[in-house]
Amino acid sequence: MTASSGPWANRRLILKGAGLVALIGLGNAVLHAAPVFAATNDNKYPEDAFKQKNAGDAIKALYGRDHEASDKIKLDAPEIAENGGVVPIAVTTSLPNVTSISFIVAENPFALAASYHIPEGTVPAVANRLKMAKTSNVIALVESGGKLYSATKEVKVTVGGCGG
Amino acid sequence: MASSIRVRAILNGENAEVQTLIQHPMDTGLVKDAKGELIPAHYIQQLTFTHKDKTVFLADWGTAVSKDPYVKFAFKGAAKGDELKVSWVDNKGATDSLTATIQ
Repeated sequence: MTASSGPWANRRLILKGAGLVALIGLGNAVLHAAPVFAATNDNKYPEDAFKQKNAGDAIKALYGRDHEASDKIKLDAPEIAENGGVVPIAVTTSLPNVTSISFIVAENPFALAASYHIPEGTVPAVANRLKMAKTSNVIALVESGGKLYSATKEVKVTVGGCGG
Repeated sequence: MASSIRVRAILNGENAEVQTLIQHPMDTGLVKDAKGELIPAHYIQQLTFTHKDKTVFLADWGTAVSKDPYVKFAFKGAAKGDELKVSWVDNKGATDSLTATIQ
């Protein structure tokens, strides 16, 4: 390579690189334009969904779709929680092809409590412990075969989970 | 320092049943301390379980998960003696991880 051709070669490389970056950028834009499977396909933390105050907005931010009640979801939560700071809540479902399970506590300051990705081979059942600020509906959301199903149960809280 | 993570993974038939307990304050950022000052939010955001380079379970958590979180799930395809890696990252960027053996 001669001294005079050097800069030109570099310039071409840079242009090529810029083209590639643009293409990759486009690809990302297309992927993000389809929020349908956002909760399952991408392992990024859904910051926005966790910031939503009410249940409807949280579900919209997380899944971008409506849910329908299903009797194939078993939501196991106490009728009365004496301590809102630690409420054991579990979900099992007989729905097929489950890809995610999420928990919403409708009356909490931020409605979305937890969201679990269920890859193929993992049993569609989760047990965890959540905080509840006051008496509220707890909604379990199950994403199955690209559709969103739910089960709801009211839990009465005698002492809230927000301490001070 | 002892690990913040405690895991019990037991093979039951074809399912490996995994129970996990983590020591973490899970502060919501909405609670005041004794002096009346807000305790800043400090909570685990993601908890990942990996078996043979495959993510078998991924939890996204908000502030409404109880202090010292507990979670239970099960997955297929594991054998006794397999390793299960557990790791978490919180909103301040702190992390911890542990490798458990399936019993």
